[in-house]
Amino acid sequence: MAHYKVKKTIDEINRKIRGGKVVVVTAEEMVDIVKATGPEKAAREIDVVTTGTFSPMCSSGAFINFGHTKPPIKASQVFLNGVPAYAGLAAVDIFIGATEPSIDDPLNKVHPGQFKYGGGHVIEDLVSGKRVELIARSYGTDCYPNREIKKQIRLKDMPNAVLMNPRNAYQNYNCAINLKDDIIYTYMGVLRPKGDNANYATAGQLSPLFNDPYYLTIGLGTRIFLGGAQGYVVWAGTQHNPSVNRGKNGVPLGPGATLMVMGSLKEMNSHWLVGLSILGYGCSLAVGIGVPIPILNEDLAKYTGISDEDIFTQIIDYGKDYPQGKAKSLGEVSYAELKSGTITLNGKTIQTSPVSSYVRAKEVAETLKEWIEVGQFYLSQPQHPLKDI
Amino acid sequence: MYSKVVLLRFPREIVNEPIVANLVKRFDLSFNILKATIYPRKEGMVVMELTGNRKNYNAGVKYLGDVGVKVENISQDIRRNEERCFHCGVCTAVCPTGALYIERPEMSVAFEKDRCSACELCVIACPAKAMEVNFDRALLDS
Repeated sequence: MAHYKVKKTIDEINRKIRGGKVVVVTAEEMVDIVKATGPEKAAREIDVVTTGTFSPMCSSGAFINFGHTKPPIKASQVFLNGVPAYAGLAAVDIFIGATEPSIDDPLNKVHPGQFKYGGGHVIEDLVSGKRVELIARSYGTDCYPNREIKKQIRLKDMPNAVLMNPRNAYQNYNCAINLKDDIIYTYMGVLRPKGDNANYATAGQLSPLFNDPYYLTIGLGTRIFLGGAQGYVVWAGTQHNPSVNRGKNGVPLGPGATLMVMGSLKEMNSHWLVGLSILGYGCSLAVGIGVPIPILNEDLAKYTGISDEDIFTQIIDYGKDYPQGKAKSLGEVSYAELKSGTITLNGKTIQTSPVSSYVRAKEVAETLKEWIEVGQFYLSQPQHPLKDI
Repeated sequence: MYSKVVLLRFPREIVNEPIVANLVKRFDLSFNILKATIYPRKEGMVVMELTGNRKNYNAGVKYLGDVGVKVENISQDIRRNEERCFHCGVCTAVCPTGALYIERPEMSVAFEKDRCSACELCVIACPAKAMEVNFDRALLDS
């Protein structure tokens, strides 16, 4: 790293935060700054770039310890508002997953199913302070004789509750179309027949992992914005794929890295954790995540200066190809094109719709910026880099 | 040019008369039928978009009233819960009339009630369940 003209450390940036002298901008603001001044000057002037995303993130859930009862129970079957939670852990430890539907949900029996209530909604209800019905059943043991409990419980009554999401913040995602003759209902939204519309995810230039494409600053222990509170990156997420094809600017051209993230559910709020019902697909949870990128050198200024014009993804047919596990690229489009409202595929103009909220993504980045500026949030030194996982 | 989505209720006595055709012939209006049903007791219900110049539109609506058709402005029947909507954009993929659309460059989702045909596709497609129906559904489904 000796060749860098600008060299900063996370400790130096934290000292600036403490002294109220830190300069923070959002990834959206950084685009114009780098264009105007070049990466070297930008790196001297800017200390931190904040990113954000707010999107359905199915691989999310919460570890909960609901507290011992009298007499005690070794819960083997647990429901929260009728949604099954995984109970194959110690006596009163459970995991509630975002996509778990309510036990009496008709699912897709009448297609497309509406999936009105599931694990994501339970998590939203808990963080918004609502009472949730807990039912736990057991086979009974000498030490835990209780066979069944049923009670109303609030998040603040629970001894422990931790949001623990195995895969969030995907670095890039497919643009979905449907080449079949019938409408389809997917996790990428409703896709009209014969390639009539295209849906895409991610916040583009604001999305965390587009702004540090080689994970030079992100790793185990990176402190982040998670669900409205401070959380942490705890590992690479599942399906993490750093060896994805990349453009000349280093940015992945398809799904690349992912983050496993964790934080205290009790500190989060329901503006940033929203239970979802995805038509014909299932339940999920929209999660707000923001990662601060320390501008340690001019390379990081260059990377965070990336704009929607420089980020590309692949158009995938979710009608025929994807359900057969044969997803192949039908074409490459930039996020600038996707965000414009139309793309062109084989000479045909196709309407595009996002499934991630750019409005909330920007709010995440701006909130994180404010936290850092007022000294509520300090950067952390990752203990194990994501690139080596 | 003026355009509005309206719900028309035809009493059984006039359900066989070419009333909508008269809107075209006499008032120079064009129409796009979005939903039409005749109920068991032979009352008719039509949801349609009516387009023409403002003066002709008003004259046409007056004519409908005069012949006994009840005209309702149906756009008020779909509401957006502003607290729940987080502006993802999923609804814009299903909205057939463009009442729900992305506002650029903010990328927020706008809802223009006047263009809403109350088809309710957004109600089931919205992942956050932010689109609500304030509607006499029983009548529509019967």
